[in-house]
Amino acid sequence: MAPVRQPDAGASSAFVQLTETRRFAYAQGRFKFFASGLFSFSARFVKPMSRQDLIDELKEIVGDRYVLSAKEDVIVYEQDASILQAMPEIVALPADVQQVSAVVKAARRSGVPIVPRGSGTGLAGGAVPAEGGIVLSLARLDRILKIDLANRVAVVEPGVINLDITKAVAAQGFFYAPDPSSQAACSIGGNVANNSGGPHTLAYGVTTNHVLGVEVVLSDGEIVWLGAMVPDAPGYDLCGAFVGSEGTLGIVTKVAVRLMAQREAVSTLLAVFDDMDGATRTVVDITAAGIIPAALELMDQLSIEAVERGAPVGYPRDAAAVLLVEIEGVTEHTQRAMNLASALCARNGAREVKKAKDDHERELLWKGRKGAFGALGTITPNYYVQDGVVPRSQLPRIMRTVADIGKRYGLRIANVFHAGDGNLHPNILFDLRHPGELERVIEAGAAILRACVDAGGSITGEHGIGLEKKAYIGLLFNDQDLEAMARLRQSFDPERRLNPAKIFPSPAGCGELRVGPARMPAGLWI
Amino acid sequence: MTQPNEEISALPPGAGSARLDLPELYQCVHCGLCLDQCPTYRVLRLEPESPRGRIHLVKAVAEGRIEPNQRFAEHLDLCLMCRACETACPSGVHYGRIAEAARALLGPPRWPGRALALLCFRHLLPYPTRLRWMASVLRLYQRSGAQRLASRLVPRRIREMESLLPAVPARFFSPSSEIFPALGERRTRVAMLSGCVMSTLFGAVNEATLSVLRLNGCEVVIPRRQTCCAALNLHNGETMMAKRMARKNIDAFLAAGVESVIVNAAGCGAAMKEYAHLLRDDPEYAAKAERFSSLVKDASEFLWELGLALAPRRVELRVTYQDPCHLAHAQRIRSQPRALLRAIPGLEIVEMAASDRCCGSAGIYNLTHPDMSQELLREKMQAIAATGADVVVAPNPGCMLQLDYGARRYGPKIKVLHLMDLLGQSYGAAGPA
Repeated sequence: MAPVRQPDAGASSAFVQLTETRRFAYAQGRFKFFASGLFSFSARFVKPMSRQDLIDELKEIVGDRYVLSAKEDVIVYEQDASILQAMPEIVALPADVQQVSAVVKAARRSGVPIVPRGSGTGLAGGAVPAEGGIVLSLARLDRILKIDLANRVAVVEPGVINLDITKAVAAQGFFYAPDPSSQAACSIGGNVANNSGGPHTLAYGVTTNHVLGVEVVLSDGEIVWLGAMVPDAPGYDLCGAFVGSEGTLGIVTKVAVRLMAQREAVSTLLAVFDDMDGATRTVVDITAAGIIPAALELMDQLSIEAVERGAPVGYPRDAAAVLLVEIEGVTEHTQRAMNLASALCARNGAREVKKAKDDHERELLWKGRKGAFGALGTITPNYYVQDGVVPRSQLPRIMRTVADIGKRYGLRIANVFHAGDGNLHPNILFDLRHPGELERVIEAGAAILRACVDAGGSITGEHGIGLEKKAYIGLLFNDQDLEAMARLRQSFDPERRLNPAKIFPSPAGCGELRVGPARMPAGLWI
Repeated sequence: MTQPNEEISALPPGAGSARLDLPELYQCVHCGLCLDQCPTYRVLRLEPESPRGRIHLVKAVAEGRIEPNQRFAEHLDLCLMCRACETACPSGVHYGRIAEAARALLGPPRWPGRALALLCFRHLLPYPTRLRWMASVLRLYQRSGAQRLASRLVPRRIREMESLLPAVPARFFSPSSEIFPALGERRTRVAMLSGCVMSTLFGAVNEATLSVLRLNGCEVVIPRRQTCCAALNLHNGETMMAKRMARKNIDAFLAAGVESVIVNAAGCGAAMKEYAHLLRDDPEYAAKAERFSSLVKDASEFLWELGLALAPRRVELRVTYQDPCHLAHAQRIRSQPRALLRAIPGLEIVEMAASDRCCGSAGIYNLTHPDMSQELLREKMQAIAATGADVVVAPNPGCMLQLDYGARRYGPKIKVLHLMDLLGQSYGAAGPA
């Protein structure tokens, strides 16, 4: 057995002790869990409904094919794109809002948690069913319901892939602005839950700036609209509160998104640096010069190496860092800003500044950037990505700190991030099969986040808190803040059955949570 | 402390996990970028039917967390092996190798048609003579009127399966000699794979390929001792037989002393380029397989690299191009066939939507999983219809059979041709075969 690490105030506050058998009381104690053995998850439904009855009821609602309960099916839903795992007992895939509502009602009657899931591309464990129960996949709600170009609004279902919205309106000269790097796979529902950003957040803002309204199923199964089709709806901005709530306030079933008109000209350059400092100073200089690029993205040597090994796009492998600068607007402005940006790159020691000649070259530059996370698989079996934010002016300093932390813990860290926003993505590379490495990774991650907060920043820019960062939320909010948030949550979901054990740093959590592919040391979990 | 390594090595007896201990498994970081590119996931929206899901399942079996049981097998079986996920994967995970290893582990027959398929893989495909004999019987059946009679008697399901077959042509591809000299100046010496399906059902394509190669200055060797490429065996977990066939082909082709081995079937080319991987642990053949695989070239890849010695003549047609999965995804060949089409004056080339999405043929998949296959085919035929093309070009026999069937069943009434057919036509080719 593992020596059980005691939680303390420092780095290992990420670890919370878990007792062998823990009883959980949801909805008047109707629901009991047993951790039967260490690594097999089992839950038992007590009154008023047996597990099989619930499965049968769900099958009646969504059809046999779309209720999964065999281990060889549900195991696939134990993980998102993070490294955390917990097995659901049942996965249900409703086809429309009525079915979603019916599933939520059935789950409520049997007191089972519900964890909504889109494409499972989240990086913070938000879709991992930490307390078992039902994973409600919205993948089948994948229709674009309405495109209203005159009012620049599209109404889509949550399972629609982010990029498909842009594809549907591109020919008419429009696009949907938030563009997470996973945009070819991630769903709009997941974007709403995490208030996702992307490289172009710098110019256009995050998801909440592009969602006008949402139709949601509340925890009692009621279907309501929050927000409106027009901007500036009166009353409390409940839609605003909902975006970024990580599935804890309700389940989104329709989203009204803003469409934007494509810019007249787009220009992209790649600047190559022999040291990280020059690259980060350039970022500070570009924004200080009054240029607002559409995107300002940085990748370090390890990330470049990963991309070039996986699906090469021609980044220089010997560079210490490359900076992607994209400028959009009317042609004259774009050219002027581009010239200025190139000059600033050169002044900070860029050894090469290469402008994309055509759309094909531009797409290639972006393809490398957007595939960088996935490409890390070519240089490491596992990675743990942080999502800290710092004020832009602190970038040179924080990047030196990150490098120091890597050295101190003896870990490789690959950086690929939204430099223009000061939104870091240090990916700590490791191998779970090496004993003891995970602990060091978690400590290094915590050290990075603390450095971000100390620099006047935040612990997450866009990935959400999920499971993975809930232990750190205390670095950012005090008890009163958290209490206020908990009260908001309480008013939407009094039984705390919607995506439980997320966001808030409660010790509540059970079932088995593992870090795949090998298990967490016994008795510990993140 | 529970050692993670012990966890992983603690495997259930008989799970055969050693064989699943693939480094590729740990190259997948679960990012999900493959999901929307997977045809089966697009249709069903179920993650166990996605590449990431299947890799997760194989990993779970390798770690002994689940049994390689029937349910597991169904998820692996529903995969088309189109490898569109490999194109989408930023980590360069060789999904195909993972799936093949899992299928090899699963081994014995499961679905009802599988016993028949195995019979086919083990006793028919490896033996060209037997295959031709079978095809002759089929031809007799089609032409004697027995087919018409049978169509009234047999159940609908079997009739549908049968309708996938095209009419067996009057002549098989039977080259009159083993070596064909180049027509015009000799530029290189190549060998050509006849292929099992190609030489029986698409003899004309092989003849066209042979002429096009010769007209472009290639001396062509067609080794007599060659056999089927073993792609179907590999995809269906028949590794032992596949290795045997691969060794036979390596011997036959290396003996020919050629600079390239030309393949006009995308699936066969992809499989033969993987011989090096297949035989990597074979002490006698590993090096030979490496050399052999480096010689293998798809016909379009080869011709585009070599450069056309003879300018194609005018062909007035509106064509659309279907990327065979094992050309676009497995061999990453997309631009060369299109460039060759563009080299033919008079051709109007109209791209269809999602030309690199699987048509649902996938080897014998259209027989084993008719529902999914039909769903994909319907969608494909709609995309083809939208182009208004007269001809769809698909340089792979499986795609050609499937699209031909699709045209008959769903429309549009469109002609299906191999790229070599079109080039041959353009040359007005009538080289002696």
